[in-house]
Amino acid sequence: MAGKTLYDKLWEAHLVKERDDGTALIYIDRHLIHEVTSPQAFEGLRIANRKPWRLDTNIATPDHNVPTTDRSVGIEDPVARIQVQALDDNCDEFGILEYKMNDPRQGVLHVVGPEQGAALPGMTIVCGDSHTATHGAFGALAHGIGTSEVEHVLATQCLIQKKMKNMLIRINGDVGSGVTAKDIVLAIIAKIGTAGGTGFAIEFAGEAIEALSVEGRMTVCNMAIEGGARAGMVAVDDITVDYFKGRTFAPKGELWDQAVQSWRGFYSDDDAVFDAVVELEGAEIIPQVSWGTSPEMVVAIDQALPDPETESDPVKAEGMRRAYQYMDLKPGMTMGDVVPDRVFIGSCTNSRIEDLRSAAEIAKGRKVDAKVLQALVVPGSGLVKKQAEEEGLDKIFIEAGFEWREPGCSMCLAMNADKLGDGEHCASTSNRNFEGRQGYGGRTHLVSPAMAAAAAVSGRFVDVRELLANN
Amino acid sequence: MEKYEKFSGIVAPLDRANIDTDQIIPKQFLKSIKRTGFGPNLFDEWRYLDEGLPEQDCSGRPLNKEFVLNQDRYQGTSVMVARKNFGCGSSREHAPWALTDFGFKAVIAPSFADIFFNNSFKNGLLPIVLSEEIVDELFQGVFGAEGYSLEVDLANQVVNTPDGKSIPFDVDPFRKHCLLEGLDDIGITLADADAIKAFESKHEAAAPWVFNVIKAEAAIK
Repeated sequence: MAGKTLYDKLWEAHLVKERDDGTALIYIDRHLIHEVTSPQAFEGLRIANRKPWRLDTNIATPDHNVPTTDRSVGIEDPVARIQVQALDDNCDEFGILEYKMNDPRQGVLHVVGPEQGAALPGMTIVCGDSHTATHGAFGALAHGIGTSEVEHVLATQCLIQKKMKNMLIRINGDVGSGVTAKDIVLAIIAKIGTAGGTGFAIEFAGEAIEALSVEGRMTVCNMAIEGGARAGMVAVDDITVDYFKGRTFAPKGELWDQAVQSWRGFYSDDDAVFDAVVELEGAEIIPQVSWGTSPEMVVAIDQALPDPETESDPVKAEGMRRAYQYMDLKPGMTMGDVVPDRVFIGSCTNSRIEDLRSAAEIAKGRKVDAKVLQALVVPGSGLVKKQAEEEGLDKIFIEAGFEWREPGCSMCLAMNADKLGDGEHCASTSNRNFEGRQGYGGRTHLVSPAMAAAAAVSGRFVDVRELLANN
Repeated sequence: MEKYEKFSGIVAPLDRANIDTDQIIPKQFLKSIKRTGFGPNLFDEWRYLDEGLPEQDCSGRPLNKEFVLNQDRYQGTSVMVARKNFGCGSSREHAPWALTDFGFKAVIAPSFADIFFNNSFKNGLLPIVLSEEIVDELFQGVFGAEGYSLEVDLANQVVNTPDGKSIPFDVDPFRKHCLLEGLDDIGITLADADAIKAFESKHEAAAPWVFNVIKAEAAIK
């Protein structure tokens, strides 16, 4: 019999029941809750007079709507204020642990979960947010769900699922210096397309992934959904185990040893069979930038923008033409021709301490170019912010002309006041470059934190490796 | 949820691939704490010429006359036909809420994003996967004849065209059952409460650290 994949093992460890109709009940270990996708779920519980199945499995924090400026004055936007208040009220009413807006542990849920050790290896983790895939980075089965399923998990601690197929994406050999986890995942999406992973759980492996920290692996898994896969994951290794030691909700003492022993079983067997295998050569990946309105519309920084006339698929070619029109760019240009009006360093993809360090390394001793209207740094959580301040990163950013903000989702999806103006281009470390995502008429270019900082100080998109060579 | 009955509806063609949930319902409208009322903001950025605001009356806003949903011939539509990877992006269930609130009962495309696909079934919106060739034919049919309608028959798993063709489609039996009967799947899962409890005991014995951690809140500030 063939061996098992990491996904097979996680699935089997949480299988409550296989039903005659081909579906299965899967037990959910951890449920993360934020203000946007939960109010209707709590309302559903109230209407049906149902209680949460377990309280101690849930953890909540507001992140999508919160302002990143001074919060002592509360939330100015009345609609956002009501939604954040609804989360506070629901958590208080049902007795769910919540880090409220002014709690120093508040932040982007996908940063806060692992940071607190609330999301752990070997767990099933869900949240009403597609970027829940982030948590797969440490050998967990994690994916986004809709609001009906938020209510379903609250009420039953289970989800009705069909097993996905297994895909292995292997990066052979390490990447060069100045090439980050973000460049790896953008290169993967450029290769497989935004629907390439639909129906699959993706395991990322190979030397380049093994060499990444847990934070880097989170960046990669975070964007599995941009490749169409609900769940992305990486096997547990020493790096994973070390990351969780001592975290607030991580097990302690004997329980820690027992947990580590269990976690170490979460890897794919050598003889495991995958339904699809994709390979990339690490040495061939260089810093990436998205040019269009879909995360698969990505080029390497030195590449000319592609010509739709040479695209054989007519539907894809039409998508490219629309994207050029929306982005006000032309085939044959390079990203070096584009001026970023704004720069955003943050989001569940890239707002952890290593991301901020990597951006600060470029910002240090340089100035944000005069052509850039605004450069924002939004830490992923209050604790990331505190750590960065202890390391003096805030001073480096402020000195260079960046704004140093409070934690939240911010300009990734512009539900708060941080947004692009109509027609503005943005060098953004977020995950989606859809039309209007960062503001009405806004034009997003997805990059790594180092590339975003390099664009900020250069006034155009540049190869960060050239700046690193001068550091 | 209401029972999903056989119906016939005018088809609206949205000739694009990779239609994402940010387009279906832009983020500023996600601040609502209700499940209803999203219809006027469905495809807001394509449908109107100005920037939409939450809780705004949309009746006086300037329309993009070229957009499919604003064209006279598609008024009263309840079936959408679109290209591959429909509903990609965010997990927001507001996307199917906006589509159903507008009046859609089915979306036909060569493929759907997983989370959107799943969310649709829970809200009385039937996503129907048909091959690219058949979707192409449907586009031609819609563009060629004003008032082009399709009959969607979930019980028999067919889409019937005006020229008498019956196109079969696949649907997961559990989801079909829930839609046809208008069932609440939380109720179905709770019927397995004993199995869940039994699993929970076994799981807690094997992985005790998964349990009792969140309520024992330690404070690292």
